[in-house]
Amino acid sequence: MSQNGHVETGTARVKRGLAEMLKGGVIMDVVTPDQAEIAQEAGAVAVMALERVPADIRAQGGVARMSDPSLIKAIMGAVSIPVMAKCRIGHFVEAQILEALGIDYIDESEVLTPADEENHVDKWQFKIPFVCGARNLGEALRRISEGAAMIRTKGEAGTGDVVEAVRHMRSVSQGIRRLQGLRGDELASAAKELGASLELVREVAATGKLPVVNFSAGGIATPADAALMMQLGCDGNFVGSGIFKSGDPLRRAKAIVQATTYFDKPEILAEVSEGLGEPMVGISSRSLRPEELLAGRGI
Amino acid sequence: MSAVKVGVLALQGDVREHRQVLESLGVEVRQVRLAAELEGLAGLVIPGGESTTMSRLIQRFDLMGPLQDAFAGGLAALTTCAGTILAAREIRDGLPDQVRLELLDIVVRRNAFGRQRESAEVLLEIPAVGEEPVPVAFIRAPAIEEVGAGVEVLASYRGEPAAVRQGRHLALTFHPEITGEPRLHRLFLSGL
Repeated sequence: MSQNGHVETGTARVKRGLAEMLKGGVIMDVVTPDQAEIAQEAGAVAVMALERVPADIRAQGGVARMSDPSLIKAIMGAVSIPVMAKCRIGHFVEAQILEALGIDYIDESEVLTPADEENHVDKWQFKIPFVCGARNLGEALRRISEGAAMIRTKGEAGTGDVVEAVRHMRSVSQGIRRLQGLRGDELASAAKELGASLELVREVAATGKLPVVNFSAGGIATPADAALMMQLGCDGNFVGSGIFKSGDPLRRAKAIVQATTYFDKPEILAEVSEGLGEPMVGISSRSLRPEELLAGRGI
Repeated sequence: MSAVKVGVLALQGDVREHRQVLESLGVEVRQVRLAAELEGLAGLVIPGGESTTMSRLIQRFDLMGPLQDAFAGGLAALTTCAGTILAAREIRDGLPDQVRLELLDIVVRRNAFGRQRESAEVLLEIPAVGEEPVPVAFIRAPAIEEVGAGVEVLASYRGEPAAVRQGRHLALTFHPEITGEPRLHRLFLSGL
C-alpha cells in the first residue's frame, strides 16, 4: 500500500488555508530587514515587504511598482514568519517574479500604480495565493472569482485615517446581510447587480460570510483602530504606514497586535493604548482630491 | 453525563475551524484568551496560526503559569501546526525566547518543508482513526524531527512523524480542521 499517495500543492484550500492561519493577527508593512525583525519581535503574523510605505508613495508621487527582488529576498532572509509582497493591479509578470522568489502571499494592490485598467491578474494560474482589496461585496466577489484567496478592505492607504476602511468593511457586511434576506429566486438579479457570479452569490447567501478570510487595511494607525475593525467583523488587520511612521514603532506594533487579540476587552485596550508616543501624523481622507484617492483603482 | 468542556486557545489563528469541528461533534466549546477561562476544561485545542505571535501574547499576558498549572492538573491538549510547536520540548528555527509548554517529548522544526509553495493537501494514512485515508492540509508545516521513548507515532509525512500521542496529549503538524475532518478530534475527545 503506498503511503500518502495523494499530495497536491497550490490548491484553493492551501491558498485560503494560509490566510485562515493569519486570522486574529496583524500583517505589517516593512521597508528594511531591520523593520521586519522589529515586526516579528512585536508579534506580527506576517510582513509585507515594500520599498516605500503608502504614506511615502503618496508624498513622493511617481509610478509605484513592485519592489526590487534584492530587498524582498533580504526581508525573506531576516524573518521566519510569512512574507508578502505587492504587484501592480493586472501586472501578471510582476506576480510571476514574486512567485519565482518564493514569496508566501502576493498583494495585487491599488497602492501601486495600476498596470491594467480593465483586467486583474488571473490568479488561478499561480500556486502562490493572492490577497486583493475591495470596497464592497461586488468587488470582493469579483476578486474571489479571479482567484483571490484572501480579501482586505482597501481603506485609504497611507492616510492614517480609518474612515474608509470602516466604510468598506460595513459595506461588505451589509451586502452579505442583504443577500441573506433575499429569496432564492431573487439571487440571480442580485448577482447581476453585484457584477458577481451567481454561484458565489448563492454560497454567500447560504453561509452568511465570504468564502475567504477578510482583513481590514488602509488607514489603521492605533490599537483602537485595530480593535474597531475587529469589532466590525474583520478577521485581522494590515497596518501599513501606521507603525513605522510613528514615534515608537516597536511599542506601537506590540500594542496593535495585543489590541487585535483582545479587541472586545476595553480594559485591556485602555492599558495597551497608554504612552505609545506620537502616532503617524496622517491626512484626513476628506482633504484628498479625487485623483489622489487610491481606493477607486481596480474595481 | 455532563457535557465535556473543551477550550480553544484563541490568541490568534484558525480558532473558528476547530470550533466548528468540535461543535459538530456535540462538544461545548469555550474560547480561551484569559487565565480564568481555563477553569473547568477537560481539553484545550492549541490551533494553527503563527507560533511566534501566540508566544508573544502568552508572555505579555502572563498565561504561561496558568497554562502549565492547568496541564499539570490534568488538562489534555490537541495541538495542530503552530500549536504543536508551542507544545514541544525543543523548537528548532524558532525565536530564541519562544515559549515552550513541553507537553510532549518531541523536537519540532518550524517551516521544515519550506515556504507556502510547499504547502499541500495530503491524503494521510492514520491507522489509529481507521482505514480510510484522512484528508488534511500541511501549511508551512513544522516537522517532528525527534520523539522520546514515551511518544507513539500515529502517522508520518515525508519521512517524519506528523501525528504523535503521549499520554493524553495529541500533537499534529497538519490541519485536519480546515478540511472539516472530524476523526482526529474524535480520537482526542475519546481520551478525555
